[in-house]
Amino acid sequence: MSYPDELPMWAALLVSFFLLLGAGLSLLGTVGFLRFKSFYERLHAPTLGTSWGTGGILTASMIFFTVTEGRPVFHEILIGIFVTVTTPVTLMLLARAALHRDRSENDPTVPSASILTKPGKTVIGD
Amino acid sequence: MRTILPYPLLFVSLVLMWLSLNRFSLGHLVLGSVIALLASAAMASLRPDKPQLKKIGSFARLLALVFYDIILSNLSVASQILNDRKGRRKPGFMTIPLEMTNPTGLAILAVLLTSTPGTAWLEYNSTESTLLIHILDLKNEEEWLELIKNRYERMLMEVFE
Repeated sequence: MSYPDELPMWAALLVSFFLLLGAGLSLLGTVGFLRFKSFYERLHAPTLGTSWGTGGILTASMIFFTVTEGRPVFHEILIGIFVTVTTPVTLMLLARAALHRDRSENDPTVPSASILTKPGKTVIGD
Repeated sequence: MRTILPYPLLFVSLVLMWLSLNRFSLGHLVLGSVIALLASAAMASLRPDKPQLKKIGSFARLLALVFYDIILSNLSVASQILNDRKGRRKPGFMTIPLEMTNPTGLAILAVLLTSTPGTAWLEYNSTESTLLIHILDLKNEEEWLELIKNRYERMLMEVFE
């Protein structure tokens, strides 16, 4: 296979740009894991990897295979849809487990379950 | 028609998915249609509530808006990770009273909030219609409320209710 040789310059630049963007954002997501202090803050870090981290790599893949195979290749969109739709499931599972644990330990920084029965908007800082 | 094709949108998406995973050919179109028919029948036997997509145009507008918002919030969360100094960022919880009760609309709102970095859906109380979210940077709480209530919720209610 001599795929890279067949790739024109503009396509190579675009593919590298999206590949680096996706990989860079996924890496930043893992750095966030290390840097953020509380569990709830760390919930936000991996969403970088599941949004444009995945999105960048998938876009690079679509451009690469569309150019080298000479036909539109877009089934990567399916991967994107499935990742986006399934992320909330694990994220909510983790978040609600953490909330349950913190509430049963009477952690004062975490809002109690009764906050949801109060009318209006409430803001609680960490 | 109703009994053969209970979910036309599901059928069309499954055929399109089959054709994009394989190369387009007449054989794959036939095979994909048969599989989509069987899958629709299996779905119908589960008898889920059928979601009503009322305005496809505003749904497409919402998706475009979210696509743009996800790019912006990726940038802002990435920069927050890079310069994470104490006191500059104010993470926090926030409750939001929702008017939307449609389950499909709520499910899509959950996907939007979780796939946008910086906001995380934590808990929803269905009797009070209140949502608890966690926000990475709560400096502008009015802005977040405005975004979720007036942009996402209003557009989703337009589409589904």
